[in-house]
Amino acid sequence: MVKTSVSQIKMPLTGNDAGAYAMKQVNPDVVAAYPITPQTELMQTFAQYVHDGDVDTALITVESEHSAMSACIGAAAAGARTMTATSANGFALMWEVLYIAASLRLPITMAVVNRALSGPINIHCDHSDSMGARDAGWIQMYAENSQEAYDLWLIGIKAAENHDVLLPAMIMYDGFIISHTMEVVETLPDDAVKDYVGPYKPAYAMLLDEKPFTVGPLDFHDYYFEHKRQEIEGMEHAPAALAAAATEYEKLSGRHYGPVETYRADDADVIMVALGSTAGTARYVVDVLRDQGKSVGLMKLRNFRPFPHAEVADALGKTKCVVVCDRVASFGAFGSPTFMELRSALYEVPERPPVINYIYGLGGRDTGPDLLEQAFEEGLRVARTGKIEQHVSYLGVR
Amino acid sequence: MTTLKELSRREERFTGGHRLCSGCGAAIVARQVLLAADGPVVIGNATGCLEVGTTIYPYTSWKVPWIHNAFENVAATMSGVETAYRVFKDRGKLDKDFHFVAFGGDGGTYDIGLQALSGMLERGHKMLYVCYDNQAYMNTGIQRSSATPKGASTTTAPHGKLIPGKIHRRKDLTAIVAAHHIPYVAQAAPHAFMDLMRKVEKALAADGPSFINILAPCHRGWRHGPEETLEVSRIATNTCFWPLYEVVDDKWKLNYKPRKKLPVEEWMKFQGRFAHLFDGDGHPELVAEIQADVDREWEDLLIRCGELPPRECREEEAKK
Amino acid sequence: MEKKKGWKDIPLGGLITEAGNADEYETGSWRTFKPVLDQEACNNCLICWIFCPDTSVLVEDEKIVGFDYVHCKGCGICAAECPKKAIEMVLDEEK
Repeated sequence: MVKTSVSQIKMPLTGNDAGAYAMKQVNPDVVAAYPITPQTELMQTFAQYVHDGDVDTALITVESEHSAMSACIGAAAAGARTMTATSANGFALMWEVLYIAASLRLPITMAVVNRALSGPINIHCDHSDSMGARDAGWIQMYAENSQEAYDLWLIGIKAAENHDVLLPAMIMYDGFIISHTMEVVETLPDDAVKDYVGPYKPAYAMLLDEKPFTVGPLDFHDYYFEHKRQEIEGMEHAPAALAAAATEYEKLSGRHYGPVETYRADDADVIMVALGSTAGTARYVVDVLRDQGKSVGLMKLRNFRPFPHAEVADALGKTKCVVVCDRVASFGAFGSPTFMELRSALYEVPERPPVINYIYGLGGRDTGPDLLEQAFEEGLRVARTGKIEQHVSYLGVR
Repeated sequence: MTTLKELSRREERFTGGHRLCSGCGAAIVARQVLLAADGPVVIGNATGCLEVGTTIYPYTSWKVPWIHNAFENVAATMSGVETAYRVFKDRGKLDKDFHFVAFGGDGGTYDIGLQALSGMLERGHKMLYVCYDNQAYMNTGIQRSSATPKGASTTTAPHGKLIPGKIHRRKDLTAIVAAHHIPYVAQAAPHAFMDLMRKVEKALAADGPSFINILAPCHRGWRHGPEETLEVSRIATNTCFWPLYEVVDDKWKLNYKPRKKLPVEEWMKFQGRFAHLFDGDGHPELVAEIQADVDREWEDLLIRCGELPPRECREEEAKK
Repeated sequence: MEKKKGWKDIPLGGLITEAGNADEYETGSWRTFKPVLDQEACNNCLICWIFCPDTSVLVEDEKIVGFDYVHCKGCGICAAECPKKAIEMVLDEEK
């Protein structure tokens, strides 16, 4: 247990409250946002802070999510620290501009309150929204609970603004399950947050820099590739920046945030991989099954971009079966996004374990311990026999 | 109002060496706007001719801070820049004063950019939005927009054996913007450069959002000579197809009344994109429809500007 | 032919840091005709200057001194609009 350098305050906060509180303590220059369930309360809480004068952030209540991200880009390019939040179709609507924010190397940070993409229209939790933009050039981190929603947003800001990275970051937390559920969250004091994120030092600022410059020119085929290669390089530096930001955060909070988090996995025959709140359910099921003498464990995947292939290989390389649970489907792909990326990470491991995939929880389908137990049991069967019957299965669909 | 001679002493912040067509109306508009905007200015530019032609990496024609984001969002992008400016001022981070000007073509303003423009106007950001209206999606090859005049031939509404070009009546965007009740709205044209530049000055001095819709002839899409760019602009105004007016705090004011109102076909005959309306049998009924539209809109404008009593009053008078 | 820079040598994020460097790009090669000024006929009304799309009419001390032939595309607007007919478009022999 690391000794923490500041005394924290325990607060009862929903995921949305926690996000809004993090924003309040950061007190960014500009926030531009548009309402969508289940993000709405996050922005409403923040708007109240603005209107009460608890922050002096300028809040632009834009007329769409596309404009939200566009306004964030304008503000950030001007030299402002900028934050926003959205979900599902709002997120999808800003898809075009997400790519532009990353290519302009603007460290905008955003909470994505995970909700299923239409259609049909559904307001409940799954990961189809954030997973859909995994190639946009954003840092992506999945929070398990309100505590992580708060902590990871702060870490995300620090890593994004690192001058070796300069890429935007999105922090995910499950819609309704986390966004609307009250939990006890340990928060840092205001000045600790202020010192941690520090004053914003943009790499460029249209309004503050001495000499004028052009942002967003046209590239022909003779320069686009070079600009993209630069962007790739920024993402290559992200693991180190995230690790440094997390180490500094641990000194303040006592909480350790690596790209993956294992639980009773060292000697486990079967390791389940999960993102978001389901990791919490899985942890509970691990204990239940362990009490029955079953050799199971969990690897929570926290950072999805950049994908921590080395840590994944390290955590899963020696097990007998990996059960990847993903709250998203990728139509036409061989398995879900996490399944595919994880198998790629394990490909060169000398005795790579068999990996099976469970797609679960789409559209907010409740996925309780009994369902995860089924998945573990199948994993144990595979571990025993070494034979995969079906690579991809669906948990909880009628 | 600054004279041309005084303006000629100002720094040219829009350089030559851009790749816009020889004789491009948009280039003239951009130059005139930038000359009239005295002091530091940040430019936002929607995707389109002006943006593409002036910032082909690694070259830029702009000697001012300039940002391009995407096609439909210059108003939203500049809302962000302007808001950052206010925050920096409030937080004591910035001493310098800036003007904010967004440029969008008719495509990026009347159509895909309308939502972002409307949002920017409603939220009251202190910035000027200039629409350079060349009446089609010129940069991608002369496709029709909602600013394309009825009867014009474009590549997505070409004159063909069955359909004679664009059949829809163009949108009155200037009136739509005026309906947002912003401090300053105007319509201008580059041939009337003193009027245009005076309007830019007034717009930038307004305490809130401002908008100027500026005709930007495109000889490629309109099919006239490159040297005729200003002449075709002049005739557009003299036929009352493109009137020059302002709306200042919701009060409509006409800036120019042609001594002799020319029939709109004088403007159309100048341009190849309308040639099919006159060649051979032509489309006289369509030409008549177009003239009727222009007459009606001109009359409505005169009424709004207080130059003519309302129609009902004149009808009453006529009955007596 | 100038060798193009690699990804490590260009500014971050696609920025163009030399404002107005399009000045270095020669568009004069586009033209067929070039404007020639009759200085005596010119009354320095500056109309050609305000109408030039390419910032290629040169003014010094509120007087027209000539044209920027490095950039002038020969559109002919200046000649067409000059109220004194002081500009003539002549075939550019060099092109």
